Amino acid sequence: MVEDLFLKEIINITILSLRVSGTAVIIGAVIGIPVGTYLGFRQFKLKRTIMRLVDVMLKSLVNTFMGLPPVVVGLVVYLLLTASGPLGWLGLLYTPAAMVITQLIMVVPIIIGVTMSAVASVESSIRERAISLGATENQAAWLVLRESRVGVLTSIIVAFGAAISEVGGIMISGGNIRWLTRTLTTAIVVETELGNYSMALTLGAILLSIAFAINLALTVLQLKGPRR
Amino acid sequence: MIAVELLNVSKEYSGRVVLRNVTFNVHEGEFFVLVGPNGSGKTTLLRILDLLEEPTSGKIFFDGEEVDYYKDRVPLRRKIGMVFQQTVLFDMSVYDNIAYPLRIRGSLSKDEIERRVMNVLEDVELRGFDRKNALTLSGGEAQRVALAQALVTEPRLLLLDEPTANLDPKNVSIVEGVLSRLNKERKTTIIMTTHNMFQAERLAQRIALLNEGEIRAIGTFREVFGYQSQLTW
Ligand SMILES: Nc1ncnc2c1ncn2[C@@H]1O[C@H](COP(=O)(O)OP(=O)(O)OP(=O)(O)O)[C@@H](O)[C@H]1O
Ligand SMILES: [Mg+2]
Repeated sequence: MVEDLFLKEIINITILSLRVSGTAVIIGAVIGIPVGTYLGFRQFKLKRTIMRLVDVMLKSLVNTFMGLPPVVVGLVVYLLLTASGPLGWLGLLYTPAAMVITQLIMVVPIIIGVTMSAVASVESSIRERAISLGATENQAAWLVLRESRVGVLTSIIVAFGAAISEVGGIMISGGNIRWLTRTLTTAIVVETELGNYSMALTLGAILLSIAFAINLALTVLQLKGPRR
Repeated sequence: MIAVELLNVSKEYSGRVVLRNVTFNVHEGEFFVLVGPNGSGKTTLLRILDLLEEPTSGKIFFDGEEVDYYKDRVPLRRKIGMVFQQTVLFDMSVYDNIAYPLRIRGSLSKDEIERRVMNVLEDVELRGFDRKNALTLSGGEAQRVALAQALVTEPRLLLLDEPTANLDPKNVSIVEGVLSRLNKERKTTIIMTTHNMFQAERLAQRIALLNEGEIRAIGTFREVFGYQSQLTW
């Protein structure tokens, strides 16, 4: 009976972790890939100084947010969602949705940033070659995106890796409630504090396997990637 | 018939003059070679002719019609083939790389595309390379694929920026053979740059000598170099 509950809780925690981080990354990709692609294209060029300024500002902003401390994100989300906060009426605090929002804020800059640099690294040469071969701007843009696909996929994997191993943010916004908002990372924190080392270690092993799988995927991707 | 005409074409990059009042004609079906030391502006000139770059001042005419930089340049560019000095191939098979310029034009059937791609592959002696990923090719193989990309659309004007720079002697003669035949049989107008004087002499009907962005001499190889063959760079 006890064994059974132990297993059930572990499964519950693992699935919640995967669901929260997975959802955040999927939404993050839907937002981040188009934005990253857009910023990766140097379409502003020297044409208008104002647009160039906006371009530079946006890119610095993305870079800053890529290194955002999760705890701070958690705090901000907490303050927004708390009963007296501006979005308190949504009643999302201490729900998986709040955790998704927290991780989304973390993950979007990562996806934008990595996609942006992947696109930018091939943009000028590939675009120009395509144009020279008779492509329209749209056809050239498609080819650029196709050529940066490894980088785009990398951004998703890196983002998922960051999300699944994050503790501070979801701890604050999710509240680490048993059976409801307790994930692999937050569970490890509590179980260790309570001295339940077998539980903590089991969860740690699961997290480690997930991290390994992510890195395996990344490595395979890089090995298969183009030689440039 | 004049195929290409440049009239006082100048190009500046942030105030630095790279081409100064370049004026010359290239006749239809002519094999025209540009020579000049590093940094003299050869690549810039070819990029302007490929409509990738807009001159700071001056005019360009194709078949007597002035290039209008406010208009869509795609239709005009589709009649021109160019091989870049720095080879850029796409992360796909050799076949798909060469088929790309045909596919984006969208006017040929799948069978016709295959026939043409296989033909050019044969021309540049890369038979059997069609399924190989283009990014795994050697420098010389890649350069010939780039040439095949430019040839497959059967352009009226071919711009070649040191197309044999990475090739061994055998492949240099293969490529020269392809270009000669194209020029003689299909009357393709060719503008090529090279640092190889022997190649210039072998191929060119006329040569232009570019230095510091200015045309210093223009004419047949003998006219340009007959009296100053000690030229060094
Ligand atoms: N986009 C650019 N921005 C600034 N300067 C440029 C640019 N492109 C070319 N230049 C400069 O213009 C000059 C001519 O360059 P170009 O590439 O046309 O020379 P080239 O004759 O092709 O030389 P090479 O024999 O080395 O290929 C060089 O001094 C180069 O630094
Ligand atoms: Mg050059």
